[in-house]
Amino acid sequence: MSDEQVTKKFLYVNRKAPYGTIYALESLEVVLIGAAFEQDVSLAFIGDGVYQLTKGQDTKGIGVKNFSPTYRALGEYDIQKIYVEKESLEARGLTLDDLQHLVYEDEDDDWAEKDAIKLVSAKELGEIMEQQDVVLSF
Amino acid sequence: MPLEVNGKTYETDEEGYLANLSDWSEDVAKALAESEGLEMTENHWEVVNFLREYYQEYQIAPAVRVLTKAIGKKLGKDKGNSKYLYELFPYGPAKQACKVAGLPKPTGCV
Repeated sequence: MSDEQVTKKFLYVNRKAPYGTIYALESLEVVLIGAAFEQDVSLAFIGDGVYQLTKGQDTKGIGVKNFSPTYRALGEYDIQKIYVEKESLEARGLTLDDLQHLVYEDEDDDWAEKDAIKLVSAKELGEIMEQQDVVLSF
Repeated sequence: MPLEVNGKTYETDEEGYLANLSDWSEDVAKALAESEGLEMTENHWEVVNFLREYYQEYQIAPAVRVLTKAIGKKLGKDKGNSKYLYELFPYGPAKQACKVAGLPKPTGCV
């Protein structure tokens, strides 16, 4: 990596339920591909998008691949900031306990395992979006 | 181009990746390795089996950077580098090892 390389802040915003449309899977694939470019990547889940992170997904009845285990690999791709909007979660009767436990290892803290999911309010998420160079919405 | 092993035919995609994950066996792996011009050693199997386990857990094949890091953690630092992996799989560890492991071509792999 050269010093001139510019690191940009990328935020991927996920708004849709995991199945029924291709958005969730496409977003995840773009995130994984993009992670190879060593940018500052974060993810946000709002609206029905919060369902993407729920535990215990079972797709047998609809004949598509259950890709929810792949979210657990995000930590190994150095993705450390996964924002979940509090209001969206609450509106759907969900809590953090309904979501998969996603972690990453903090290089600056002797590889300690830390929670990747951060619960934020709509207002806080707005501020986070404000700080990004690139916001991609799925 | 279907793959023939012990008189059985297995469906593959146009690049020779196994179409059905469940068709995989050690004999199929050997045939896939042969199609890549690879002779499977203990070290090759180690990586192939690692990839299969990784796929089981996460439903994806890891990117090379992630693979080297994870291999280093699991199999030791001397193996967790791209030089070692490229020596085993000269045309790309993700690409070739995934093929032998019967996994789909890794996302974002060129």
